[in-house]
Amino acid sequence: MSEHETSSETLGEPTRRDFLYLATGMAGVVGAGAVAWPFIDQMRPDASTLALASIEVDVSSLQPGMSLTAKWRGKPVFIRNRTDKEVEEAKAVALADLKDPVARNANLPADAEATDLDRSAGKDKENWIVMIGSCTHLGCVPLGQAGDFGGWFCPCHGSHYDTAGRIRKGPAPENLAVPTFAFTSDTVIKIG
Amino acid sequence: MSGDHSTYMPTTGIEKWVDSRLPLPRLVHDSFISYPVPRNLNYAYTFGAMLSVMLIVQILTGVVLAMHYAAETTVAFNSVEKIMRDVNHGWLLRYMHANGASFFFIAVYLHIGRGLYYGSYKAPREILWILGVVIYLLMMATGFMGYVLPWGQMSFWGATVITGFFSAFPLVGEWIQQFLLGGFAVDQPTLNRFFSLHYLLPFMIAGVVVLHIWALHVVGQTNPTGVEVKTKTDTVAFTPYATLKDALGVSVFLLVYAWFVFYMPNFLGHPDNYIPANALKTPAHIVPEWYYLPFYAMLRAITFNIGPIDSKLGGVLVMFGAIIVLFFLPWLDTSKVRSAVYRPWYKLFFWLFVINAIILGWLGSRPAEGLYVVMSQLGTLYYFGFFLVIMPVLGLIETPKRIPNSITEAVLEKQGAKKPVAA
Repeated sequence: MSEHETSSETLGEPTRRDFLYLATGMAGVVGAGAVAWPFIDQMRPDASTLALASIEVDVSSLQPGMSLTAKWRGKPVFIRNRTDKEVEEAKAVALADLKDPVARNANLPADAEATDLDRSAGKDKENWIVMIGSCTHLGCVPLGQAGDFGGWFCPCHGSHYDTAGRIRKGPAPENLAVPTFAFTSDTVIKIG
Repeated sequence: MSGDHSTYMPTTGIEKWVDSRLPLPRLVHDSFISYPVPRNLNYAYTFGAMLSVMLIVQILTGVVLAMHYAAETTVAFNSVEKIMRDVNHGWLLRYMHANGASFFFIAVYLHIGRGLYYGSYKAPREILWILGVVIYLLMMATGFMGYVLPWGQMSFWGATVITGFFSAFPLVGEWIQQFLLGGFAVDQPTLNRFFSLHYLLPFMIAGVVVLHIWALHVVGQTNPTGVEVKTKTDTVAFTPYATLKDALGVSVFLLVYAWFVFYMPNFLGHPDNYIPANALKTPAHIVPEWYYLPFYAMLRAITFNIGPIDSKLGGVLVMFGAIIVLFFLPWLDTSKVRSAVYRPWYKLFFWLFVINAIILGWLGSRPAEGLYVVMSQLGTLYYFGFFLVIMPVLGLIETPKRIPNSITEAVLEKQGAKKPVAA
C-alpha cells in the first residue's frame, strides 16, 4: 500500500486504486440517483391526470349576454355568448394598449396577436368566447362582467380583464388562456 | 454539551450502572440543571420554552386528530365537522390545534424579535440563528399545509394562490406548480400529499430544534447586556433559576392561549373556511392566516415591472426574499455592539421595524387597491431598507453607549442605582 502512495505522491500520477475509488464513487452516485428518482417522480401528475380528457358542453341555452362555467381538468372554463356591445368594445381596443399582446389561444399559433377575433371562437362565431377561468396571476377564479373594463375581475389581487378576457390592469401577466376547443355542432362545444 | 466539566454525580448503584452505559441522565443534568445561564436574563428569554411547549402541544393534538381525519376530498370537510360534533372532546382537541398554530407563531415572532433586539445572531451564534430561520421556514410550510386539510374555501384557494407563486418562475414555473399539486389544479393528490407532509414536518422541526439547542449550549446564551459571560459570578444554574422563570412565562402564555381556545376559538380563523371547498368559486377576499400577512402584503406591493422581471415574479421574489434576507443577518449587521440597550439609534429603527411589520400585517388583510397598495410599497421599502441599508450603515456610524465590563458589573450597577430610591 505504501508503494502505491509513494509512487502517486512522487510522480503525481493517478494510481489504479485512485481510479477504482472514483469509479466506485461515481457508480454510487448514479445508484443513489436511480433510487431517489421514483421518490421524486411520484409527485408528478400521473398518466390518468395528464390524459387530455375532453368534455362536451351544450351551449344551446346561452342567449347573448349569458355565460356558463364548465369544469375541465379541475379548473373552471368560462363560456360566454357575448353581446354585440361587448364585441365592439373589445374590437375598439388598440393592440398597443394591451399589457399582453399575445392571443394565448391554444387553437392558434403561439405568436398570434391578441385581437378580438383571435381571442374569440373565430370568424362568424366572434360572439363566443371560451377561456380557462383561472386568473393568470395566482389562479383565483375571476368574477364575470365586473371590473373597470366590463369583462372579468379577479378579487384576489385586483386584476381587470376586458370583454375579450385580456389583462388590462393589475398584477396578472397574461390574458386568460383559451383552451383547445371546437364547435362540434352549432350548439355543442368540445373542450380539450 | 457546553464543554465544561460535568458536575453530575451518580449516587445510587442504578444511576452509576446507567451512567457507565448510556449517560443520558448526565446529559439532562448538564444541559438543564447545572447548565450555567447568565444571571441577568429577563422574561424576553422565556419564549424558547414557550415554543418547546407549543411544539409538543401541536404534535400531541395533531397525532390524535389524525386518528379521526380523512385526507380525501369528498370526506375531508365532513370528517373535520365530525371531529367538532361527534368525536369525544374533538372540539377541544381541534381548537387547541388550530389556535396552537397561532400561538406557536406568536411565540416565534416574539422570540425572533428578542433576537433582533439583543443582537443574538452575532458571532459566534450565526449557525444558531440560521437554524432558527430554518425552523421558522419549516413552521410556515407546516402551518400552510395544515390549513389546507379542513378543505374549506380558504383551504382550497389559499393552496391555489400559494402554489401559484411557483408558476411565476419563467420556463420551469408551471412544471414546478404541477409537480407540487400532482395535477393541473388543487385536488385529491394535493390534499393527500399535504396531509403526509403536514404529519412529517413537525418531527423535522423537532430534529432541527435539537440542533438549535445544541448550538445554543455550545456558545452559551446571550443576555440583555450583550456582554459574554466572563466569570462564574456572571452565571446562575439553569435549575432552579431559568427553569422557574420559564415556568412562569409559559404559565402566563398558556393562560392567554386557553382563553382563546375556550372563549374565542374562531377569532384568529376565517369564517369562509367553514364553507366546503368549491373549485369554481373564489371567495371575495382571500387572506392567508394572520401569521403570513406581512409577507402577503409585500407580495401584493409589487404592482410594477422591474426591468425584465414582471410584477408577478417580482412580488414572489420580494416575498421569498423577505425571509431569505434573515439568513444573512449575522453579516448584514456591522455593529460590534450586540445589544440594542447600548445602541440608541438601532433601538429606534428596531421599534420602527416592529411597527412597520404590524402595519404590513394589517395591510395584508386589506383588499389590494388604492392607498393600501401605496402603503404596502412603503412598508416593503422599510422592511428591506432595515436589513440591507440601516443595519450595515448604522453599525459603522453609530456611537454606542458605554458597555459594562461584565454582566456582574451591569447587575450590581442596576441594584446600586435602585437602592437610593428605596432608601
